[in-house]
Amino acid sequence: MTVFEEGFPVTRRLVLRGAGSVALAGLGVASFDVLPALAAANDKYPEDAFKQKDNKEAIKLLYGGPIEPSDKIKLDAPEIAENGAVVPISVSTSLADVTSIAFVVPENPNVLAAYYKIPQGTLPNIANRLKMAKTSTVTVIVESGGKLFSATKEVKVTVGGCGG
Amino acid sequence: MASSIRVRAILNGETTEVQTLIQHPMDSGFIKDDKGAFIPAHFIKELTFEHNGRPVFIADWGTAVSKDPYVKFAFKGANKGDELKVSWIDNKGETDTATFKIQ
Repeated sequence: MTVFEEGFPVTRRLVLRGAGSVALAGLGVASFDVLPALAAANDKYPEDAFKQKDNKEAIKLLYGGPIEPSDKIKLDAPEIAENGAVVPISVSTSLADVTSIAFVVPENPNVLAAYYKIPQGTLPNIANRLKMAKTSTVTVIVESGGKLFSATKEVKVTVGGCGG
Repeated sequence: MASSIRVRAILNGETTEVQTLIQHPMDSGFIKDDKGAFIPAHFIKELTFEHNGRPVFIADWGTAVSKDPYVKFAFKGANKGDELKVSWIDNKGETDTATFKIQ
């Protein structure tokens, strides 16, 4: 089990990830009472969220809270992707205290594509390559200071990347 | 066997930019083979980067990450020559770990 250094913000996730110590375990119980959905959603690997077929369900499982669009998130994705198997998508944001970034592709069989945890000291800039089954919007969800922000862009896919 | 992980970690000012390529099929479970049978899902679930024992980046992946995945991120607080430990585990429980020097 990973042990975080001092100074790492004590989030629900930390509580669950590092629930080794008695003090932290106590905190964990408290947050379960208040936010059962959130606590469950922020377990080690968000297994259920990755299995979701529905956009809203996945987001709800992963985060629970409301999400507002933000123009401080820069989502870079091609307008047209010739090969849906490899779609380069990157995100950067000027939002402060980012703790996680998730990539959601609503038209994919499983909508949640990737979920990145951003410890303190790591920049909220990520580039990766995702598969897209067909033309879809791509939504990136940034958790910043405990609040949720999103940006969305449509990518037209000419050859899908999820088989069929 | 050669490591499945290739990393380039370059320090620029106070920021270390990390580019990673991993060899992995990342089978989604939705694709059929020549005989029409579904190829079972086989994908990396967690990819972790540690600097001096502290996690600096954790990726939870589903099946929608491309084959031979690429990911790029950047973090602060490292020095030249520091080691960056990279490890992944997939849905079959297979793992790989490698350590790289920050350049």
